[in-house]
Amino acid sequence: MRRAGPWVYAALLAVVLGSVLPLAWSVLASSQDNAAIGRTPPVLVPGGNLAGNLRRVFDEAAFGTAIVNSLVVSGSITLCVVVSSTLAGFAFAKLRFRGRRPLMLLVVSTMLIPPQLGIVPLYLLMGELGWTGRLEAVIVPSVVSAFGVFFMWQYLGRAVADELLDAARVDGCSAGAIMRHVVVPAARPGAAVLALFTFVQAWNDFMWPLVVLDPENPTVPVALSTLASGYYEDYSLVLTGTVVGTVPTLLLFALLGRRIVGEIMPRAAGH
Amino acid sequence: MASADKARSPGGSDARRPRPPRAGSLVPYLYIAPFFLVFALFGLFPMVATAYVSLTDWSLLGTGPGRWIGADNYERLLHDPYMWNAARNTVSLFVLATVPQLVLALVIAQLLDWALRARTLISLGLLLPYFTSVAAVAIVFSVLFSRDFGLVNHLLDLVGAGPVDWPAGRLTSHLTVAAMVNWRWTGFNALIYFSAIRLIPRELYETAAIDGAGRWRQFWHVTLPMLRLALVFTAVLSTIGNIQLFTEPLLFSATQGNTTGGSGRQFQTLALYLYEEGFRSFDFGYASAIAWLLVLVTAVAALLSLALVLRIRSED
Repeated sequence: MRRAGPWVYAALLAVVLGSVLPLAWSVLASSQDNAAIGRTPPVLVPGGNLAGNLRRVFDEAAFGTAIVNSLVVSGSITLCVVVSSTLAGFAFAKLRFRGRRPLMLLVVSTMLIPPQLGIVPLYLLMGELGWTGRLEAVIVPSVVSAFGVFFMWQYLGRAVADELLDAARVDGCSAGAIMRHVVVPAARPGAAVLALFTFVQAWNDFMWPLVVLDPENPTVPVALSTLASGYYEDYSLVLTGTVVGTVPTLLLFALLGRRIVGEIMPRAAGH
Repeated sequence: MASADKARSPGGSDARRPRPPRAGSLVPYLYIAPFFLVFALFGLFPMVATAYVSLTDWSLLGTGPGRWIGADNYERLLHDPYMWNAARNTVSLFVLATVPQLVLALVIAQLLDWALRARTLISLGLLLPYFTSVAAVAIVFSVLFSRDFGLVNHLLDLVGAGPVDWPAGRLTSHLTVAAMVNWRWTGFNALIYFSAIRLIPRELYETAAIDGAGRWRQFWHVTLPMLRLALVFTAVLSTIGNIQLFTEPLLFSATQGNTTGGSGRQFQTLALYLYEEGFRSFDFGYASAIAWLLVLVTAVAALLSLALVLRIRSED
């Protein structure tokens, strides 16, 4: 491999700065008042308004509720998707049963259908169930994922050795014991990746929660949209909201970022 | 016939390897049941129902299910200037938000392939946008690109270019929305490409170099064909996502005080129009027809981008 010259570093530095700066700027802005944010040239030192802005975000925009709701929604969706995808993925990858191929084909083809297709009848259905405005309406339709089944099918196809399954069966293991002692340990790394992507996606889901939830009981993106449309001239309030709203996923990044770039992505490319 | 029976008898050669659950076992069906039950109720049923609702004049003001009106909603769709406007914006935003992120990601992946110090740190910087809330990004960019106080116009001012009213123009508003999408996905795709590049056997490059291929030709004839799988994956996924663009344009719109993709609908996408007709005007029948149009556009775009990426193979 050739040693990188200064121009390679310069180009990469520019890209990384471009990635980091919008976020850094919003953090900076959340510590200032509106006069400072609107000033030209822009003020580049932190102001003393962070605490005050935070208080306003939580008091005026239901952000406390939004964060709790989003954690509940994304957490339960992630857990359910991982479990249901591992079970179905294992069945499709390693078990023989009638209708396996056509059913797997059905799973793959639903991956290509836009989720917005069913949004109108889904809304009507939620009205019938009495779930409109409640978190169930956001959680329940998302507790399974065709992509998740596809992903675990691919992963478990390689990660679980047929010999091990056979040996477990010869030893008289029940289906439950095979799941516990063979499948789950092998599935863990793949399930972790699926969990990560599912959580980020659920955290960002916007159109459906906007449609079915009330502004008083929002998820984070819905609260942000209320904030942005109601206070769009109050930049310090809105930008503080964006910082608060992205803290949980950034924490995930801080915890797992090194492992993702060091192990997970290289390994995923190998599959 | 007797010999055939004998071959199938339990004493046959594969008796040592027991077959996975007998054909009659319920276990596999129990494992796939959660997926298919939820999918049938909250996925398949609404999809099929959309087709039915699109053939009625169902609206919230009407009483119960709407009247059957046949293909009227589709007829209206064809003559709806707002639909054509939204379709045009959808295609334009799709191109502006997909092509740059994939091309730029390829370039960055190539740069990462040099012998580098601090590669982990650089990779983390590239991955950061993916872990940022989409709604937050949309709002931050809306402020950065605002006419009077935006940092982007301030920078333009420094180089002597006049202030641009980003949300007002069609092209400028599309560039702003595309910037939000490109910002989020470029680094993520670059890391996927880079991971795939690391797996290419170095001998392929050495052989190409011996044949007199320069770095550019090596890229076209070794790197790109070997990246085909990653390219297909990223191109198809970003195509599907970007045809259905909703969060970024809606929040950009919200910071202007409307939900229609700008005061003159200059960046209203089909998904935004679906939202407007379905959940602002509560015209469920018409919104369902728009939903089907969105499916059609998505399918066509996904096939086109797949065909485009697969052409890479035929060039070598």
